[in-house]
Amino acid sequence: MPCKFCKLKPVITLPNSKINLCKSCFTRYFEKKVLRTIKQFSLIGKKDHVVVAVSGGKDSLSCLYFLNKLANKRMEIKISALLIDEGISGYRNKTMIDAEKFCKENNIPFHIASFKKEIGLTLDEITKKLPNTIPCSVCGVFRRYLLNKYSRKLKATKLATGHNLDDESQSILMNQIRNNTALSARLGPLTGVKRDPRFIPRIKPFYLLTEKETATYAFLKGFDIEFNECPYNTVSFRFEIRDLLNNLELKYPGTKHGIVNSFLEILPLFKERYKNMEINSCKECKEPTSSKICTACFLLKKLK
Amino acid sequence: MPIVTLIKEDVTKQVEASTLKEVYEKLKINPTIVICTKNNELIIESTKLSPKDEIKIIPVISGG
Repeated sequence: MPCKFCKLKPVITLPNSKINLCKSCFTRYFEKKVLRTIKQFSLIGKKDHVVVAVSGGKDSLSCLYFLNKLANKRMEIKISALLIDEGISGYRNKTMIDAEKFCKENNIPFHIASFKKEIGLTLDEITKKLPNTIPCSVCGVFRRYLLNKYSRKLKATKLATGHNLDDESQSILMNQIRNNTALSARLGPLTGVKRDPRFIPRIKPFYLLTEKETATYAFLKGFDIEFNECPYNTVSFRFEIRDLLNNLELKYPGTKHGIVNSFLEILPLFKERYKNMEINSCKECKEPTSSKICTACFLLKKLK
Repeated sequence: MPIVTLIKEDVTKQVEASTLKEVYEKLKINPTIVICTKNNELIIESTKLSPKDEIKIIPVISGG
């Protein structure tokens, strides 16, 4: 079956509608959907300085590519890239090179913040010190901490990530299983519950696109999509949820869209429920937190 | 028989199949989480394969 619109050779069958699209029709479909997401959820405004969190992987580089293209059209938007080097030997080194190369070629300011420099230990060293802790949980805490701290330092008004529909459906289900509505309230295409100048709002322009669609876009744009998975990925709760959802998606197509779309219906209720949540300054580092000590400092204490 | 390279497993094998859909079925691959290329061009499940074809199956999951 050729492309539905121009009868050329198809590159993808869309997950829900089963429509076949060729290279240019798919690219148009993808970019239109991202633009619609940005508009629908007011993700980017005029004169925003968007710092894009990059890992060098296909999702974040595609996101950076798209937003940079948008910035070139709308001159008032400024784009920078920020990479967090967790210190995972044999993994991050390669993607870092890809990210830096891309930024250089496209004249995008590129910044790096590393676990080693900021917290004194690499993730590899942390996992040895805390063998009973799931690496992804620790990594996530420090990554979010540094992304917020550094994007604020860079005077960003938004922090963009390459999260897609697959990532979001996993997070929604994980929070449901753990009965963590406070965390659910922070999800969505524009994260956070309460605006606070210490928190840079995070945006997810690929929110309504699947991982397969994002990979297809990345491939068509010439990004390296060769398989390169984090060595710690196999021991996380998310990994199990991801497999569960992928199996359900195969058996019941539209599962992930269903989870995300129904979540978007109830998200305003979650945000309303937590809108009066207090935001304090961490006693140790002065970074914003809902507790007295932020999770990053709590973990640092455990590491000492 | 088409030659199939599985990128994640770093394995190449011959699979008796006339379409990509058959390859997925025979290798028990979930098509919703992979993309497939033939001569460095993306193909879809209904694409017909000839015995001399060499295809690559790449997982789409993020690095983590």
